[in-house]
Amino acid sequence: MAERVVDRHNEYLRIEGVSKRFGDFVAVDNVSLSIYKGEIFCLLGGSGCGKTTLLRMLAGFETPSSGRILIDGQDMAGIPPYERPVNMMFQSYALFPHMTVMQNVAFGLEQEGIDKNDIRRRVDDMLGIVKLGDFAKRKPHQLSGGQRQRVALARALVKKPKLLLLDEPLGALDKKLREHTQFELINLQEQLGVTFVVVTHDQEEAMTLASRIGVMNKGQIVQVGTPTDIYEFPNSRFVADFIGSVNMFEGKLIEDEPAHVRIGCPELETTVFVSHGISAPPEAPVTVAIRPEKIEMSRSAPVSGENHVTGVVKEIAYMGDMSIYLVRLSSGRLVRVTIPNVERHDERIVWDETVHLSWHPSSPVVLIQ
Amino acid sequence: MYRSLLSTVKNWTQPRSLVIGVPYLWLLAFFAIPFVIVLKISFSWMQPIQPGYAPLIEWVEETRRLVVSFNFDNYQVLLRESLYVETFLYSVKVAAVSTFWCLLIGYPMAYAIARSKPSTRNLLLMLIILPFWTSFLLRVYAWVGLLKTNGVINNTLLALGLIDQPLTLLYSDFAVYIGIVYSYLPFMILPLYSNLEKHDLTLLEAAADLGARPVKAFMKVTLPLSMPGIVAGCLLVFIPAVGEFVIPSLLGRTDQLMIGTVLSAQFFGARNWPVAGAVAIVLLLVLLLPILLFQRHQRRELEAVRR
Amino acid sequence: MRQRGWFRGAMLALGLAFLYVPILSMIVFSFNNSRLVTVWDRDNSPTLRWYVRLLENDQLLGAAWISIKVAAMSACGAVILGTLAGVVLTRFGPFRGRAFLSAMTTAPLVMPEIITGIAMLLLFVALEQAIGWPSGRGMSTITIAHITFAMAYVTVIVQSRLAGFDDSLEEAALDLGAKPATVFFRITLPLIAPALVSGWLLAFTLSWDDVVIAQFVSGPGSSTLPMEIFSRVRRGVSPDINALATLMVLVVAVGVVLSTLYMRREEQRRSREERMAHNDGNP
Repeated sequence: MAERVVDRHNEYLRIEGVSKRFGDFVAVDNVSLSIYKGEIFCLLGGSGCGKTTLLRMLAGFETPSSGRILIDGQDMAGIPPYERPVNMMFQSYALFPHMTVMQNVAFGLEQEGIDKNDIRRRVDDMLGIVKLGDFAKRKPHQLSGGQRQRVALARALVKKPKLLLLDEPLGALDKKLREHTQFELINLQEQLGVTFVVVTHDQEEAMTLASRIGVMNKGQIVQVGTPTDIYEFPNSRFVADFIGSVNMFEGKLIEDEPAHVRIGCPELETTVFVSHGISAPPEAPVTVAIRPEKIEMSRSAPVSGENHVTGVVKEIAYMGDMSIYLVRLSSGRLVRVTIPNVERHDERIVWDETVHLSWHPSSPVVLIQ
Repeated sequence: MYRSLLSTVKNWTQPRSLVIGVPYLWLLAFFAIPFVIVLKISFSWMQPIQPGYAPLIEWVEETRRLVVSFNFDNYQVLLRESLYVETFLYSVKVAAVSTFWCLLIGYPMAYAIARSKPSTRNLLLMLIILPFWTSFLLRVYAWVGLLKTNGVINNTLLALGLIDQPLTLLYSDFAVYIGIVYSYLPFMILPLYSNLEKHDLTLLEAAADLGARPVKAFMKVTLPLSMPGIVAGCLLVFIPAVGEFVIPSLLGRTDQLMIGTVLSAQFFGARNWPVAGAVAIVLLLVLLLPILLFQRHQRRELEAVRR
Repeated sequence: MRQRGWFRGAMLALGLAFLYVPILSMIVFSFNNSRLVTVWDRDNSPTLRWYVRLLENDQLLGAAWISIKVAAMSACGAVILGTLAGVVLTRFGPFRGRAFLSAMTTAPLVMPEIITGIAMLLLFVALEQAIGWPSGRGMSTITIAHITFAMAYVTVIVQSRLAGFDDSLEEAALDLGAKPATVFFRITLPLIAPALVSGWLLAFTLSWDDVVIAQFVSGPGSSTLPMEIFSRVRRGVSPDINALATLMVLVVAVGVVLSTLYMRREEQRRSREERMAHNDGNP
């Protein structure tokens, strides 16, 4: 997950307080967002969170009920999709079944009234870039899923859009092909310098592709940040829970210092010491979130007494590269721990063993509701 | 999707209403308004001169009055004269009996086609549809040759020695049933087929797995699931059959007419357009419920395709 | 299991026999020499005399020519109007009066022809009274009536075809810069072309076949073929009608068989290509 550098001064797409209502249903609720030139921005969320509606408003297929959308400084209000400097790659690819690959890719350029020879050259170039030069004369039904995906991409990119919208770009591909295509997509984006806005429900896809992620829930953007930000510093229970898996414990703030806090968690039977300050009123109810891979598990007690509990192993799920343990504390609470399988087999912790769980004071994230 | 887009694309407002307007106005002018005219005429007085009926509302110059003359007698005639009541009942009976036989013959055929191998399925469907593309009139006419006193059926039976006297087959209720079932069978089979073909066969396996014998599985799973197809098929046969005109005129009894024949006779024979109009309106009212049912079915089918 | 298969086969065979025996008997007796039509004249049959007689019958041939013209015009009109109605109903979303339009397009599917016929005739009479058009009835009034009831069938065919493919194809075209009219002519129309062909053929057949509506809205000198046939067969069986029926069945059968074979070959070619794409396609 290399963090790509984003030029924050070059704001390219600006969404200002955009809402979309269908009757009583609010699909998109007062979303404001800036997307910078040359980045891959992922809108991540479950089905029905409004991410696709937002994308369709960028493309011009839906009109915002309120708010403004500016692309490169130009207000998009009243501009129909066929006049927007934006192109879209559809989830279903939407390749025209009665046209060959070449005709599909040329279609957009023909609408601009470009010279025939130019069209030919640009289509050939683009097909070369997506490695489909040999397939130009084929029709969509004569292509495999991966090839169709690349035709859809080529068809949208050949127009040199200011913004490329991708609706679940890898959703229709099988798992193996998806990984391969993810990196191809990133390479292509770097090569052409087009700004991508990707909609996906797949967090792994978002993590690999995105320079920044906007997590959506119930029509609102709940957090925007780099993949690392989102994963390591979720700002709400929803985000912490939605991205990856997490242990969350209810607690109360009992010690609030600028450089550290201490939180009492009845379920954990201990106080949690966190080595960074937070801003919350004293006695405020908070949630402590700890990722399963950040918890250490051992047969012997750790040296430091801080951030340490004991429990009994109740479930083990062997996943190959790692194992997931569910450890029951005496409060009855189950804690999820993941351990990479690096040890020899006979040294592994097994069912019903009593274990010590501990974590570094910088690991917990304190969430304030 | 496209639709909300279309409503937003402002500069397309003009062509959009034009595209809607053309078919709309056509159907309004040539389908909806004619029924209003029929309704109007059914309340008019008959008139010997053209156009055969008096205007409902008339400006009478001499009295300087607007005269509105409604004639409810056209409808009262329908109740008063038993001919009309009997004819209506007979038409509904004929249509119902024919629909029943159509279903009885069509269901097993549709079922057999839906469960046959995909390669033979298309061939069988083609065989079902093919007669539909050939002239309806000629296919009904073919039965005259078969059912006549010296027709093919009687001649065959006589030659085989199964009967001594030719049977009276033509110009009977039986002949009308045959004619309707024969002509409308594809309309029963096709909706049934398209319903049965969509059934998930694992449902039957699940039923068998849960202990249902084949007959029971059919009654409890296949039959209830095929209800939409049954309803559509029956309506497609029943509604036009009630107003059928060609079949009873070629094959039917002469002592008991169907409503279509009476309607035509009132129109061309007696030239009593107001009464004919009233008959048409009543027939329409009789069929209104089935027609509305059919439209609901049609809407659902389209929605199912679109999901 | 075996037994039920046998039962199904038998039902199917009986049903198909029911559908085809009358047609076959017409074909057979069209070659019968006897005037008695249904009594086979063993000595002088088969014969082509009824076919010869048919070709000499100017009245029937004239009616057939009128029918062809009316059917062709009706089919074209019905396809144009039916396509518009189908596109409007599936792609235009909500507009005022949509439900009414939808009702008007499905009602003619089941409306007894005799009611449609009467309503049409009364409309034409009223129109003539009011604005002097159409002056008298003839081919044009038959064509208008046939367009109206055939367009309902075209609308349904177009609607189900449009509902079958998703509107993201049209959206993609808009997104690539095509204006709505271009989208219609370059994307929508080619995609529904098969539906338009079958809609045209169906509309042609409906018009070619109609006797009830035509009887009401035709005028002197504009008898269509079915009207001629109807008035003849009402007077009894006549052998040259058998010959005519045979010719019509022949034309239709050849057409249907050829189109089925063609569609089947296309389908096989397509599925073969899809298989190949799947095998060699993955990078």
